[in-house]
Amino acid sequence: MEIISNLLNGTLVFSTALIFAALGGLISERAGVINIGLEGFMISGAFFSAITTYYAETAGFGAFSPWLGLVGAFVFTAIFSSIHAIASIKFKANQVVSGVVINILAASSTFFLVKMIFDGSAETPLLTMVFHKVTVPYLSDIPLIGNVFFNTYPTTYIAIVLVIVLFFVLFKTSSGLRLRAVGEHPSAADTVGIKVNRTRYIAVILSGSIAALGGATIVLTSNSNFAFNTISGQGYIALAAVIFGKWHPVGAMLAALFFGLAQAVKDQLQIFDFAASIPNEFFYMLPYVLTLFVLIGAVGKARAPKALGEPYEVGKR
Amino acid sequence: MNKIMSVFKRESVVIPFVAIIMGLLLGAVIMWIGGYDPMLAYESLISKIFGSSYDLGEALRTIVPLIMSGLAVAIAFRSGMFNIGVDGQIIMGSLGALIVGTQLSLPPFLHALFAIIFGALLGGVWGALVGYIKAKRGINEVITCIMFNFIALYLSHYIIRIFMPQAGTQRSEMIHDSASIQIGWLSELMGGARIHWGFLIAILAVVFYHIYLNKTKWGYELRAVGLNPHAAKYAGMKVPNVMVRTMFISGMFGGLVGTFEVLGVFKYIAINSVTSGLGFDGIAVSLLGGNTAIGVLLSATLIGALTYGSQGMSFGAEVPGEIIRMVIGFIIFFVAAPGIVKLFFRPFQKKSKKKV
Repeated sequence: MEIISNLLNGTLVFSTALIFAALGGLISERAGVINIGLEGFMISGAFFSAITTYYAETAGFGAFSPWLGLVGAFVFTAIFSSIHAIASIKFKANQVVSGVVINILAASSTFFLVKMIFDGSAETPLLTMVFHKVTVPYLSDIPLIGNVFFNTYPTTYIAIVLVIVLFFVLFKTSSGLRLRAVGEHPSAADTVGIKVNRTRYIAVILSGSIAALGGATIVLTSNSNFAFNTISGQGYIALAAVIFGKWHPVGAMLAALFFGLAQAVKDQLQIFDFAASIPNEFFYMLPYVLTLFVLIGAVGKARAPKALGEPYEVGKR
Repeated sequence: MNKIMSVFKRESVVIPFVAIIMGLLLGAVIMWIGGYDPMLAYESLISKIFGSSYDLGEALRTIVPLIMSGLAVAIAFRSGMFNIGVDGQIIMGSLGALIVGTQLSLPPFLHALFAIIFGALLGGVWGALVGYIKAKRGINEVITCIMFNFIALYLSHYIIRIFMPQAGTQRSEMIHDSASIQIGWLSELMGGARIHWGFLIAILAVVFYHIYLNKTKWGYELRAVGLNPHAAKYAGMKVPNVMVRTMFISGMFGGLVGTFEVLGVFKYIAINSVTSGLGFDGIAVSLLGGNTAIGVLLSATLIGALTYGSQGMSFGAEVPGEIIRMVIGFIIFFVAAPGIVKLFFRPFQKKSKKKV
């Protein structure tokens, strides 16, 4: 029982960053703009959250600092993601190319800045003010569920709320309908008076900012600082989660949870005796092998938004 | 003569050229804002590349894997697929070369040849699997590629740790000398720079890529599928076969990157927790080179030279070398969005456009 509850608790913690990044990717792709740059936006979020929190600490904001870190990651990455937006919407650049450039720019410029700001050091100093697990009194005493849901980081709560909000906005409001229309059939959307490019700008910029929260989560909960390898491939896994989850917020969350579960299984299994006879590498491989099997066996074809990857040209049918 | 001049006026030549200049300028501005000396930085970059015959050789060594991984990404792109899994194919290639290089004893020339072939095949199979899963099950290649990268990484760690470990270190044992593809005499001539035969194979691969794509039936099918898979299917082409075949060749190119690195440069594999990233650099190379043979060759040369030269920047001008990665990013960005480049052209073009 305790093992299962630890397993599920770990799952939620591992998945949080992926949920954010996958939700970010989903918003942009639903509006018809491919976002290979999720990795870069996570790096940007990790960097800006570390920097903002660091300066907030020194300025004396105390326990409020990591919250400012989240805001910093969100706001600064919005500026950064407008590069991707302008390139792929205004200048009609190949969206895959633009995303790759985002990844290159994020990795190199953050590392450049860290070296510049901290006198040649390859990483930021350790942050003293980071998020700690919140234990909700009484509720956390509920068997199983209590430890899983009521003994976790605040960022996890934010991620789950965001899934619900996004689901509601996408499928129950008119702005969500507009966003989806722009990704499916932009010229039809234009005909009924939806501003295609403006909708796409909003989607892409939000996409980067939300993915940035994923990067910030890693810095502010598990890592406590930013280095060049803080984000190593999670953005690509989040990209897989978007496709795996069939461009649906709940699907993306489930996919992210699946990756988190496989990670947590890896950590928990290693405690057992029989695990000593299984090579470590097989545990590391587990999440990826499982995903492949699930994909090949059960999920089948996922249908992308129809206009994904196509710049909108007025008058084109 | 006019023909040559017209080549230089073509958009496909002018835009990358201007993009490179704009990228370097933008890099200079950032260095200047950061309080560094951009002139000194670029000077030390160039003197790092051309400083000695050793540096020139090592710069060349940096370029070779970029050509191969650029070709790997490019051929997939031309068939309409995004091979983000070159990193995994590189790992499988290096693993294949390592297995043959350490486990077999063969006469010198034969040993190296066998190691190269096995490495290329293993990379090819790893790529073809991605193509097969897409062709048969319709699963997006991006997601399969990402999974395959991680699986290759840990699989190679396992095989190295169990069968070919170097006691007490985080790396494999060394390959036998008979499997080495280093060019001993040239290497000695160039102050020990790790020059290897992979250079020649990379040039041959560029030629092969051009001929395969433009002069063969398979290449024609590949391009047709890339332009419009539905039309290609309607015309009687077997689209799934083309996908698997293309990903096999793409994977072979990737596998050769790893093969060269093991047989020609390092002679062992280090157990790292992350992939080399050469596959992702291949994306940059192929994009900058417009997915053509000559384009890939030129852009690999540029990116490789800049990357190698950037190592001299922190020493010569105390500028973090990462600025060059940013410059490379800017260049690809300008190539991808030619509208931005044209924006800068506009003031110069006004006169000639008046009459139109």
